[in-house]
Amino acid sequence: MSVLLAVQGLTKSFGGVRALDGCSFEVAEGSVTALIGPNGSGKTTAFNVITGYQPADAGSLAFRGRPVRRPDPCRLQRLGLSRTFQQARVFPGLTAAENVILGRNEPWHALLRRRVAGPDRRRAEALLGEFGLAAHADTAAGRLSYGQRKLLELASVLMAEPALVLLDEPAAGINPVMVKTIEDHIRRMHARGVTFLVVEHEMKFVMRLCDPVIVLDRGRPIACDAPRKVQNDPRVLDAYLGD
Amino acid sequence: MDAGLQLRGIVAGYGQGDILRGLDLDVPAGQITCLIGPNGSGKSTVLRVISGLLAPTAGKVSLAGVDVTGWSPRALLTRGLAHVPQERGLFPAMSVWDNVLMGGYINADQRAVARRAAELAERFPIVARRRHELAGSLSGGEQKTVEIARTMMVDPPVLCFDEPSAGLEPRARSMIFGTLAELSRDGRTILLVEQNARSGLGIAHNGAILDAGTVRLAAPAAELLDSPDVGRLYLGAS
Repeated sequence: MSVLLAVQGLTKSFGGVRALDGCSFEVAEGSVTALIGPNGSGKTTAFNVITGYQPADAGSLAFRGRPVRRPDPCRLQRLGLSRTFQQARVFPGLTAAENVILGRNEPWHALLRRRVAGPDRRRAEALLGEFGLAAHADTAAGRLSYGQRKLLELASVLMAEPALVLLDEPAAGINPVMVKTIEDHIRRMHARGVTFLVVEHEMKFVMRLCDPVIVLDRGRPIACDAPRKVQNDPRVLDAYLGD
Repeated sequence: MDAGLQLRGIVAGYGQGDILRGLDLDVPAGQITCLIGPNGSGKSTVLRVISGLLAPTAGKVSLAGVDVTGWSPRALLTRGLAHVPQERGLFPAMSVWDNVLMGGYINADQRAVARRAAELAERFPIVARRRHELAGSLSGGEQKTVEIARTMMVDPPVLCFDEPSAGLEPRARSMIFGTLAELSRDGRTILLVEQNARSGLGIAHNGAILDAGTVRLAAPAAELLDSPDVGRLYLGAS
């Protein structure tokens, strides 16, 4: 498998705290790769730096074999890299369909002028159908349950037809049935060729779904292996249980 | 007084979904009990239920044999139970001394408050040494020590600590754990929620592992330190 995303020597400090410390790893095309680690190990900072929400102090990034200088969320999305957030981010006052259409990142001006092109509208409705939200197409996103908002965020992200999706805690704050639903959707999209990089604390979810599993500790990877090997790696256990 | 804590069948959560699902936990009097568990397992929620910040929807909390379920934090404090939350709780723009005095707010006798603060300044030398400095100017470990000193103003026989070592460098961390061990030697009952499982169990008498809102394993702390089940629960192995 070819390398879709390559992260090299990423460093990011907040005051005296080095959240990322020369962090390097790769995401292979066609994988569902996990990025795990104890609290404060740098997972979300890695996401924020990779997706251009925070500038890195040092390090480089390559996506689809090309260097990405000064990552920017909108440009990355056009290149095929999208992300979700720990707390599902949707526009609560817009309908579910409008939220999904906005995920395309381009025709927002058309939406403002209420001229959403037919194909976009149809694609958004198809996505809502796939995620079991067809009946809510015209419901304000703010009225959906938290689990439904997570599904909506995922559907919106797919509107841009990304090659790589970064999921920040997709299983956080939702009930076990919804966790399984989200897992099924990820598997379905993966089967269609979407690559995933997943930050998640729910370990059973990670170990079922992801391979390889990258473990961060103090801002850099300490392991990258198959789930079973990671679970039995004493360095990983030390990182989680402290010293 | 037997100042032990007992939780039976606790169900609690926020909005939709329960975080604690029928939790049973014993915190024996005069000992340190360390509650560990993976992220999101409900550790902080247990403390919030015990200290009255969150009312359980089912179950019973007993303190020294008295049913205190649903009591307000103030009523519990008066009864001798104090909670030291995870986030830094000092008033950064007030002096160290004034912060410590604030810990005596439920005592109307100002002279007794001043007397108690003077006692604590002997026990926690940093309170005396830095008394005029703004609390916000202290390091993380120093702030936590002052926070513990402030909690001791009401001389609580039962103390709940939520991740006291969070964000501290190793030396400050061992200083805080040393302070907790010392408080325990006074005969106080301590419930310690700790992310650094090995350090927490290292000073505790008893340990309990929380997973998905219930206690999966409770045993003497030394036994848990060596148990392969701990790693299994943290890393999701089946």
